[in-house]
Amino acid sequence: MALQETRLIFKHIDEEGYTNDIDCYVKNGGYEQLKKAVTMKPEDICAEVLTSGVRGRGGAGFPAGMKWKFLDRKSGKPIYLVCNADESEPGTFKDRQIIHQDPHQLIEGMMCAAFAIQAKLAFIYIRGEFFQGYKILERAIEEAREKNFLGDNILGSGYSCDIIVHRGAGAYICGEETGLIESLEGFRANPRIKPPYFPAALGAYQCPTIVNNVETLCDVKHIIEMGGEGFAKIGTPGNTGTRIWCVSGHVQKPGYYEFACGDVTLGQLINDVCGGLKPGRKLKAVIPGGSSAKILRADERFTGKLKDGTEFDWGIEDIPMDFDSLAAVGSMSGSGGVIVMDDTTDMVEALANINYFYAHESCGQCTPCREGVPWMRKVTQRMVDGEAREEDADLLKSIADQIAGRTICAFGEAASWPVQSFIAKFKDEFVEKAKEQAARRKEGEEVAKETTLI
Amino acid sequence: MNIQSIVENITINIDGQDVEVPKGINIIEAVKMVGKGKEVPHYCYHPKLSVAGNCRMCMVEMGMPMRDRATGEAILDENGVQKIGWMPKPTIGCATNASPGMHIRTNSEMVKESRNGVTEFLLINHPLDCPICDQAGECRLQEFSAEHGRGYSRFIEKKNVKPKRTTLGPRVTLDDERCILCSRCIRFSKEVAGDDVLGFVDRGTYSTLTCFPGKDLSHNYSLNTVDICPVGALTSTDFRFKMRVWFLKRTDSICTESSVGANTEIWSREGKIYRITPRRNDAVNDTWMTDSGRALYKAIESDDRLVQYTIEGVHKSPEEVANAAVELLQLGDVALVGSAHSSLEEQFFYKTIAERCGAKVSLVSHYGEGDGLLLSEDRSPNLRGALVTGLIDQLPEAKLDALAHDINSGAVKTVLAVNEDLTQLGIDSETLAKVKVIYVGTHANKTSQVAHLVIPSLMVFEKDGSFINQSFRLQRFKTAVPGPRGVKSDITILEKIAAPLAQEKAAPALAIDELWLRMVKTLASLPESLSWRSLPDEGVVLDAKAFLDLSFVETKNLKYDPVAFKEAHTASAQAPAAAAQEEA
Repeated sequence: MALQETRLIFKHIDEEGYTNDIDCYVKNGGYEQLKKAVTMKPEDICAEVLTSGVRGRGGAGFPAGMKWKFLDRKSGKPIYLVCNADESEPGTFKDRQIIHQDPHQLIEGMMCAAFAIQAKLAFIYIRGEFFQGYKILERAIEEAREKNFLGDNILGSGYSCDIIVHRGAGAYICGEETGLIESLEGFRANPRIKPPYFPAALGAYQCPTIVNNVETLCDVKHIIEMGGEGFAKIGTPGNTGTRIWCVSGHVQKPGYYEFACGDVTLGQLINDVCGGLKPGRKLKAVIPGGSSAKILRADERFTGKLKDGTEFDWGIEDIPMDFDSLAAVGSMSGSGGVIVMDDTTDMVEALANINYFYAHESCGQCTPCREGVPWMRKVTQRMVDGEAREEDADLLKSIADQIAGRTICAFGEAASWPVQSFIAKFKDEFVEKAKEQAARRKEGEEVAKETTLI
Repeated sequence: MNIQSIVENITINIDGQDVEVPKGINIIEAVKMVGKGKEVPHYCYHPKLSVAGNCRMCMVEMGMPMRDRATGEAILDENGVQKIGWMPKPTIGCATNASPGMHIRTNSEMVKESRNGVTEFLLINHPLDCPICDQAGECRLQEFSAEHGRGYSRFIEKKNVKPKRTTLGPRVTLDDERCILCSRCIRFSKEVAGDDVLGFVDRGTYSTLTCFPGKDLSHNYSLNTVDICPVGALTSTDFRFKMRVWFLKRTDSICTESSVGANTEIWSREGKIYRITPRRNDAVNDTWMTDSGRALYKAIESDDRLVQYTIEGVHKSPEEVANAAVELLQLGDVALVGSAHSSLEEQFFYKTIAERCGAKVSLVSHYGEGDGLLLSEDRSPNLRGALVTGLIDQLPEAKLDALAHDINSGAVKTVLAVNEDLTQLGIDSETLAKVKVIYVGTHANKTSQVAHLVIPSLMVFEKDGSFINQSFRLQRFKTAVPGPRGVKSDITILEKIAAPLAQEKAAPALAIDELWLRMVKTLASLPESLSWRSLPDEGVVLDAKAFLDLSFVETKNLKYDPVAFKEAHTASAQAPAAAAQEEA
């Protein structure tokens, strides 16, 4: 396997001399695909996207072409396209780079997608903290409108569509697609119950709506360029295209790296691409897809069968980085946020940190998440503060089990998977923590060092 | 009602038993229809509000018959029965609509475990102050915790702290710590009351119910939020800390505030009323009532309550006063001012009395502004009753000018006034002095003060009877509390007056059922088979065909549309019951 990055979406990111204005973009072949797209039949584009097999880059990995197919076109209501730029999964930082450095790629991708689904209006729901990105997008849209890449009668095709940039106000739950739609409509971002409110039928303003991630929409542009089949050649069957891995944590060179799906293993990504761990450290655990993905323990053996029936027996470093392999080992590729932890990591503190985040971000609409997640936070906080009990590990697992699968949206899973997997794989550390604190208390020593969770 | 009669029935399977339910009904309602005490526990779902699906208590397991995706053919098991594809996760019953062949498990291990989890979560930050909480005894959280909870707490952390006594409006006080954030009150204010004032602020476990800035929960339906609050968060400022609900006796009654005739429940103990709440009747008031209607019982203990039978201000026995009334009425030249606040039974008597002494009958209108919901323009509960009993045949006027003229001309010498202050209705005290007044009423006023005879009357809470509401629905109310000491029921005293007028012997203690035997014989609109005791709780719709030409003042409100009502009753005069369903 080559360790050469396959830069598709990040082709011009960090390129010397590449600027985010439209002239630079057009000079590098920009908006050619949109020109091509508006001459195609919308349903053909949809078919290409379906053929390409491109899967959602936001976390769930649902095939985008399939999502488009579910669109309710018979209702007669206007169709909306929403770009989910509320990148807030801890450990993920890819969409921001696209918006900051190559906004026109997103706009072109969006307009191609909007034309394909015949959207009446498109929105970019951008995370509130991305103020710079918001300004860049506003300017880019203005530039594109001047050149008639969006707006009325785009490139003389008779198709009109505009993009409205909507800023969030700083809540993780706004990244959940129905929560995002509620927020877009001006309400609290309380996710909607499904059924009946599937966005493809009853989305924004109760109209059929498609919500796609920034990276997914950029892929649409490349699908038009290469054709669905061409795009499907990148990566492995069922895991097409490239993925941007955002590596953070205890590696020498954290950052974003774009590879074709399955082109690189987790071990290669950490050791070769990111320069390995700090000297003298040993790998302890990896969260491969943003903080809500289940953690993988470094000394685990992963065995089982892939979707296509091939058996595998991998160590952590052998896991190919793609949707299906990561799912097969019991985690997920999620949003591509790879969080690496070496042996200096205190797993209780790490979990306390994650719990702190999710407890803070729970929207509070439905009971299990609203009450259960802050409870888990209180338990891990107490453990870190020196009051750990040996039974806390089981308690945490039990709380998480009562949340997952019982909530309105996937936040319940997002918050309980880390707890479930931390306890499943590092239970000994949680029990050890309690014993250690009890021993110190007996000796009259200070039980816990001061920890600040952020 | 209407919907059920049109929509087709389908078969679904609940806990292994095939049942027929209307298509599209949700699982909570479907399970309720199965009966046998089966229930899907729920907090946020309310049959009259939109579905929020946030409490997660009504989790059930759902499965559909399996079909081959490619061919669409049923997949059978080894016994030739179609296999059921059970969903891996539980689904909420409130947002799951019954579809043909659907299988539901309401009591599987997974369902029990998830209810148990939800219960535990709801309790960890709940103050558990049931011993001092007004809701105790009628609290869903308390009931379901006993039924579905684990019975002990695993929570050793600190509970969240929230405001304990927020005044949301003039009648509602909120304890935020008890709130389980089900959003019923928010949805009610928005969807039913039409006054969007409530909302949540803050996020997650700190979410707090509050009014929007600069607004308060002051609409005339605010106390319904207290009724539908499944826990003790929203409390009635009036009822707060007054009484434990399990001590209270519940009596079915009818609201007398307007011609809507909202069905109510009177909550009393030892002869004292503590509160009035709405009783569900989908054809009349759903599950709501006005705040103003709930306060009407306070007039029972008012200082100006009439409690003594008097002749010229001197306290006499009921019999003496009745006899004196008979003597006066027998002299002739009588005018009767009836009341649309009287029960149907009383109006029947007044009609009889008027016939027997040749009195001219007038009735006064009490109209106000309607709110389009449960407060109609006609502020009397029984105007239709006066029409049905034949007491009047025209709609009442606002003033008694004709009567004033008759008094001044000497045509009228005696006035029998029921619950009306004649001095407010165009008869000045000078005119009134020219006649002898027999006053029957609950409270003192300027007319009762100058009356020759005063006969105290009982309020609706203190007697049995019936009213006919705006859509000619005959509804029954029952005695909740005893009347003032010594005051006899109206029908007892009226019998003592009416019988001698026809040289009959008065029945010593007239029972309401006995009276009804007479009424169904006499009154054309009442079916002969009807008796007071057998009146169903939801009432009976009478044939209104004879009265359709009258222009009633009620405009469209929650369950009444004058145009639709007229059409329905004209079209199907033969089947009044069916007409009622149409109109409902």
